[in-house]
Amino acid sequence: MLLILVLAPFAGSLAAICIPTQKGTAAAWLAGSIALLCLVISAGLYTVISSGTPLRYDAAWLPELGLNLTLRMDGFAWMFASLVAAIGLLVVIYARYYMSASDPVPRFFALFLAFMGAMLGVVLSGNLILLAIFWELTSIISFLLIGYWHHNANARDGARMALTVTGTGGLCMFVGLMLIGHIVGSYDLDVVLSSGNVIRDHPLYTTVLILILLGVLTKSAQFPFHFWLPHAMAAPTPVSAYLHSATLVKAGVFLLTRLWPVMAGTDEWFWIVGLAGLTTLLLGAYFAIFQQDLKGLLAYSTISHLGLITVLLSLGSPLAAVAAIFHTMNHATFKASLFMAAGIIDHETGTRDMRRLSGLFRYMPITATLAMVASASMAGVPLLNGFLSKEMFFAEAIETHKYNILDTLTPYVATIASMFAVTYSIRFIHSVFFGPPPQDLPKVPHEPPHWMLAPIYFLVFSCLVVGVIPALTIGPFLHTAVQSVLGIATPVYSLAVWHGWNLPLFMSLIALVCGVGLFLVMKPYLTTSIEGPPFFRRLEGQRIFERVLVTLSWKWARSIEMRAGTRRLQPQMRILVAVALVAAAVTLLLQGFKPAAIAFRSIDPAFALIWLIGMICAIGAAYQAKFHRLAALVLLGGAGLVTCLTFVWLSAPDLAATQLLVEIVTTVLILLGLRWLPKRIENPDDPELMTISTRLRRLRDLATAVFAGIGMMLISYTVMTRELPETISSYFLERAYSEGGGTNVVNVILVDFRGFDTLGEIAVLCIVALTVFALLLRFRPATESLETPEQQRVQNAFDDDHPDRKKGDSIAEYLLVPSVIMRWMFPVIGMLAAFLFFRGHDLPGGGFAAGIAMSIAFILQYMAGGTRWVEERLRIHPLRWMAIGLLVATATGLGSWLFGYPFLTSHAQYASLPVLGKIPLATAILFDLGVFALVLGATVLILIALAHQSVRAPRAQMRAAKMAAKENA
Amino acid sequence: MELVLSAGIGVLTASGVWLLFRPRTYQVIIGLSLLSYAVNLFIFGMGRLRVNAPPIVEKGGAGGLLTHTDPIPQALVLTAIVIGFAMTALFLVVLLASRGLTGTDHVDGRE
Repeated sequence: MLLILVLAPFAGSLAAICIPTQKGTAAAWLAGSIALLCLVISAGLYTVISSGTPLRYDAAWLPELGLNLTLRMDGFAWMFASLVAAIGLLVVIYARYYMSASDPVPRFFALFLAFMGAMLGVVLSGNLILLAIFWELTSIISFLLIGYWHHNANARDGARMALTVTGTGGLCMFVGLMLIGHIVGSYDLDVVLSSGNVIRDHPLYTTVLILILLGVLTKSAQFPFHFWLPHAMAAPTPVSAYLHSATLVKAGVFLLTRLWPVMAGTDEWFWIVGLAGLTTLLLGAYFAIFQQDLKGLLAYSTISHLGLITVLLSLGSPLAAVAAIFHTMNHATFKASLFMAAGIIDHETGTRDMRRLSGLFRYMPITATLAMVASASMAGVPLLNGFLSKEMFFAEAIETHKYNILDTLTPYVATIASMFAVTYSIRFIHSVFFGPPPQDLPKVPHEPPHWMLAPIYFLVFSCLVVGVIPALTIGPFLHTAVQSVLGIATPVYSLAVWHGWNLPLFMSLIALVCGVGLFLVMKPYLTTSIEGPPFFRRLEGQRIFERVLVTLSWKWARSIEMRAGTRRLQPQMRILVAVALVAAAVTLLLQGFKPAAIAFRSIDPAFALIWLIGMICAIGAAYQAKFHRLAALVLLGGAGLVTCLTFVWLSAPDLAATQLLVEIVTTVLILLGLRWLPKRIENPDDPELMTISTRLRRLRDLATAVFAGIGMMLISYTVMTRELPETISSYFLERAYSEGGGTNVVNVILVDFRGFDTLGEIAVLCIVALTVFALLLRFRPATESLETPEQQRVQNAFDDDHPDRKKGDSIAEYLLVPSVIMRWMFPVIGMLAAFLFFRGHDLPGGGFAAGIAMSIAFILQYMAGGTRWVEERLRIHPLRWMAIGLLVATATGLGSWLFGYPFLTSHAQYASLPVLGKIPLATAILFDLGVFALVLGATVLILIALAHQSVRAPRAQMRAAKMAAKENA
Repeated sequence: MELVLSAGIGVLTASGVWLLFRPRTYQVIIGLSLLSYAVNLFIFGMGRLRVNAPPIVEKGGAGGLLTHTDPIPQALVLTAIVIGFAMTALFLVVLLASRGLTGTDHVDGRE
């Protein structure tokens, strides 16, 4: 049942979002029935709850993290859940008539229902983490609801502010709740509630308290975080009535009450909660008097009343907690009805400005009467529910709980705030409903549709009934709620209207009389004054908030970017390498790294000689790369060949084959690229070379490079001279044949055991090839490289000089014999590729090597015959090959699903396939075929795309010539 | 054996890092290639150096680390070589495009 209670609104929300925009009524019906369902469920659960044992629903979610989907309903949660569902139902009825047909109404109801679900989640969570999740959900949905009219800048700003403030608080609270979980050892609410002493005595108590209070105070709009609530009034009025009077802002108070048994009673609690509450109570009431916007007045009044509840909770006495729970209910009823009344006034007159409104009693007597009763309850007039809880508050304020100044001040502050409450309540009624008839209103006012008034009827009626006969109506429910929070500490309290002539009654009378007097004094000022209270008008929370935001997200961010950021690559590279070096060095030193002693034994002279050449090549490449690119490329190839030889020497035939082939392709590729890279001419007299700063910079780079090199050398030497620990390698070696059906373990790992990784790798290769292809489609070579290369020019000149030769003959005849051999090589290399491919599973080779070998066959044809010659004779579709390769590899993987095995399971062990000769025919070979096709396609695509530039270059030359001609003209 | 190879890795790394800091795009591409040799050899070396023990098992039999070298670093390096090629290709094309677009071969696109 609990699960349905929480999930039904979310399901309804999903359904509502699917309703077309015009069918607003259908969405309202849906929302109404969901709210009714929730109300019925919670009503039906009352008999179980009232027995005193909480109802629980447990479902494992992430039990290892202590996070379970625990829902828990005790009396207090029941009271809140019923409140959420009941007021939700009333607001839905109201909103059905309030929302204009031009608004996207289904979206409104979808968000509304989602909020209801999140709120029910908060009150019903039996797990702290779950509670925090629902808590954040309410913040996010309230952001969307406040910003519902997103074309309105005020709504957007208000929504953003509400989200920033409550979201930040929520994060702090989340940390606090996790700390509680850490202290108690469980996130379960029942466990937490029974370990109050552990939490209060823990050294982290103050931290936890402050973090949780940050969440609570921001959510319940307590000073100094109150400023978001008035700005949230840009929301549609049903949202304000629901979120900002009855539910969302009560979430903070709810959590405060929920944790009251475990956290209250200490001095820290008293001071922080009490100070925030008292300030809010007083300032909220004071600010409310000076509002000109109806909803603004109600917003500040809400802030003040929430402050009252907070003060009650701060006192730490059980009676005060009873009063707090009672006032939470009462406030929800009268404030929701007042918001609805304000919405009606706005709806029917077109304005909420109290300076323009007056004398509306004549036009809408029913609304006026209802609003008067509700605001009398807000002011604390006897025989209404607001009076009862206020009397309880006064009685508690007089009591001494702690001997300090704050406690002494409480009764005075309470009386003054109550006086202010009377003043703003009268102001609300008087300025709107009495006085001369209104002038030039946007609309002619009249009574709203009957159903729009119905929710207010109901709420005001309950104010009256509770106010007159509290013990018979709210009594039992309140008792169940109080008992579930306080347990055995539940005090004896009386819900009677009349307690005799006592001090609280006198305080009420003083507040009433003085409040009326204050209103009469202030009236002339208020009818003309501008928005906001005197003295505090300038000290607006919003401005401070905006300033903080601008400072944080703009000024500081900019200055950090200015100081620490650079768009130049070289400093970034230096920082990157430096960070890597420092990170490695620190880690090694902290772990007590000792480089192994260097032993010169067992050095094979031949191997050493090879590496001597390798090192010379590497250093030479580094030295020559700036001005002698071809030399650097040759030296790079030398280093690559040494690497390749090392692989041969040290039992890695697969690597050696692949390295050799890749080396060839890379060299060809860079050679093709060099054609378009204009030569750099060395200038020994360049003044920049001589400056000290240049030399220092080079010296620093050299030092870093040498440091990095020595570091790598030490680490690799130390690791290589140690014993190999037991790794998963043995697993692969043992099972390569029995499970993978191949004897070449490296290949079996690639295409079988770790096939998924390989699939990712070839996808990357595919993406790179496509990127290269796309980049070269719109390639504009450097203008200096556009003209025909020197060699071709010489050859053409030779042709021009000899009348018996046509232009281009020399180029065609150049390297005639080698090119014939290269053409003949095509089938040979193709055979080699096939050989490498088929033996791959058992012997060195495989799809990667075969693919690259085959691509070399193609590129040789291009080199021998030129682009046009090859493409007239061979159909080359590298894009298709790549697509086929990727499809084959993926399909092979998917194929194993057909047989009920996980993705990419090899089938060699499961099905006996007809074996062709000695070829190991596992399904892995199909996968390898995919790899082959893709590698071939990608390599050929990259190389050909670059080679094609020489076909395109003449066109570019012509374009450049045209441009030059234009400029000259 | 280990000493020679680690010295080689060191020199390759130093040359690569030095080139990485240089201002010309071509220097950086050569540097990256040298660095990728160094890294590939380093990963390969993590499986320890063995002569005449390729990870090719007997048909029908099972291998072990006593008779065969470690296959995992080899599998890692094999894909790394191919990906390294792809990276070089991509970088080369970006280099050429940048040279054509900005008129300079400085890494920042301006002197």
